[in-house]
Amino acid sequence: MNIAKPNSYRSGPDERGHFGIFGGRFVAETLMPLILDLEKAYTEAKADPAFQAEMDGYLKNYVGRPSPLYFAERLTEHLGGAKIYLKREELNHTGSHKVNNVLGQIMLARRMGKKRIIAETGAGQHGVATATLCARFGLECIVYMGAVDVERQQQNVIRMEMLGATVMPVQSGTRTLKDAMNEALRDWVTNVHNTFYCIGTVAGPHPYPTLVRDFQSIIGNETKAQMQEIEGRLPDSLVACIGGGSNAMGLFHPFLDDSTVEIFGVEAAGHGLTQLHAASIAGGRPGVLHGNRTYLLMDADGQIQDAHSISAGLDYPGIGPEHSWLHEIGRVNYLSATDDEALAAFQLLSKLEGIIPALEPAHAIAKVMELAPKRPKDHLMVVNLSGRGDKDVPQVGDILKGKSK
Amino acid sequence: MTTRIDTRFAELKKQGRSAFVTYVMAGDPDLTTSLEIVKALPKAGSDVIELGIPFTDPMADGPSIQAAGLRALKNGTTLKKTLELVRGFRKDDNVTPLVLMGYYNPIYIYGVDKFLADAKTSGVDGLIIVDLPPEEDEELCIPALKAGLNFIRLATPTTDDKRLPAVLSNTSGFVYYVSIAGITGAAAADATAVGEAVARIKRHTNLPICVGFGIRTPEAARAIAEKADGSVVGTALVDALKNSLDADGHATAKTVSAVAELTAALAKGVRGAQQAAE
Repeated sequence: MNIAKPNSYRSGPDERGHFGIFGGRFVAETLMPLILDLEKAYTEAKADPAFQAEMDGYLKNYVGRPSPLYFAERLTEHLGGAKIYLKREELNHTGSHKVNNVLGQIMLARRMGKKRIIAETGAGQHGVATATLCARFGLECIVYMGAVDVERQQQNVIRMEMLGATVMPVQSGTRTLKDAMNEALRDWVTNVHNTFYCIGTVAGPHPYPTLVRDFQSIIGNETKAQMQEIEGRLPDSLVACIGGGSNAMGLFHPFLDDSTVEIFGVEAAGHGLTQLHAASIAGGRPGVLHGNRTYLLMDADGQIQDAHSISAGLDYPGIGPEHSWLHEIGRVNYLSATDDEALAAFQLLSKLEGIIPALEPAHAIAKVMELAPKRPKDHLMVVNLSGRGDKDVPQVGDILKGKSK
Repeated sequence: MTTRIDTRFAELKKQGRSAFVTYVMAGDPDLTTSLEIVKALPKAGSDVIELGIPFTDPMADGPSIQAAGLRALKNGTTLKKTLELVRGFRKDDNVTPLVLMGYYNPIYIYGVDKFLADAKTSGVDGLIIVDLPPEEDEELCIPALKAGLNFIRLATPTTDDKRLPAVLSNTSGFVYYVSIAGITGAAAADATAVGEAVARIKRHTNLPICVGFGIRTPEAARAIAEKADGSVVGTALVDALKNSLDADGHATAKTVSAVAELTAALAKGVRGAQQAAE
């Protein structure tokens, strides 16, 4: 593809929220004034040292940051190539990277005087993080979740309810994350005056992709500092799974201008790229949905197609717009891993390192299993362990039982 | 350039009458029945037709219109076939204004320039694209105006005086005032609040103002007609259509007449408003 390389990969988006042709603001007029208010509030918050200081306090003492950068010695030995480090986002309070972003957005909601928070969730990790911070700050919390996901992620539904949130099962469409996002947008259109929509990934209308990325960039910033401390240099490669892509963007963004660092995003290939999957870049093309232009799974008439992944958190027919741009411009390599590959990686990491990963980062581990053996032993590879597998234990247990029969 | 929409509103103004605007989904429940319904609307008293473009993920629509879109898609409706439907309607009716209403993605995938050319030759007069605010005017609004199609913008209760000029800048044909912050088919609009909002928008534009969302009955349509240049009914007609279907969701002998009869009753309500006001 013949696209001019920018001076910096980190300067986007432009003032109207575009990363190349991607991003933008494709929403109903009812929401536009609110989105403009949010942009203004975020710009002011960024410039306010008190906002950052308050965030830093909660990140350290409530979330438990910095998360460790752990040398996975047995995985490294087993694969026989690159030195593999795990960025331990699963050790955060609530069990995933989602809490970094939610903390930021809830602080913004409080600045804007909003008392009612809505969110959409797939696997439930974003819902749990939102319910947690709403409990902490005494805010009303409503979480939209596809009815299919409510079934397969019961544990997180119970957690959200324990935290005082109302979980709304969504019966429309495919009854998964895409439909939960539609319902959340409908709620927002209806309750626009008192409601803050806490989006869980680097997607949606501008400024969401930017502010979620900024709140998640703590992952990459810490990794940079930790790797300098441990190895005295930058890593050689980064690997992260992608649904909407917030954990990946958080790890990648601080490294985008470091040309020596290879970057890999891993989409969910489900049953395979020629069958049901959730790999928007590998199997989709640019379109407009949920407030932004980005790679989407759709048919020849522009109708959105069902996504499929073993992991509810990756089961979305789109991807954040900045990822679409990084793909087209060639800075990040987007790969994909199937359900079966993710399951194998889930088991390998559990048995070798005593760490049960969520099914989402198991997709990233699956590609590490391919990439690491081909790299020299002094190659430093960081994989983002974006969430822990507690929520997936019943589902994986059932699958493994079925397979052993 | 004068479009069918401009001509129709000029005529109605002369008659001292408010417009009755009807919304139905293209291809609901199937393309053949849908064409019959669209043909029946002007005869039943519809002054302007809004034809929905089916889309899988209509984020500003309620369950009725979402279900209508999915019925249409299931029965093979595409954007191309929606334009063919308009062409079929134009064989017998060259005066009733017809506006396509929907979301941007099917048009973006069809190709903007090709879509505008095909829409114009099919007999489309205007476009209402819910997820294209003025911030994205370069996508479709400006090319549509160049192609001779009206681009009708939504104004809402959240659109304040500061923002109104931006919303109205490239709008033509009429302004569609969304009477509630919410999705289609939701709470009923309050006629007093609508009257105030219409007066506020009129300070910024000479375009006709039609009011939609939350109008379901002849009485409600009449109350809105007293305050605005037009009232839009969609969900109630879509519900009437749905209630006429058989258990498998197929059209029955009653389907076309169910929509036509409700249209006639609503049109009578709207016309009653003017007579009462005179």
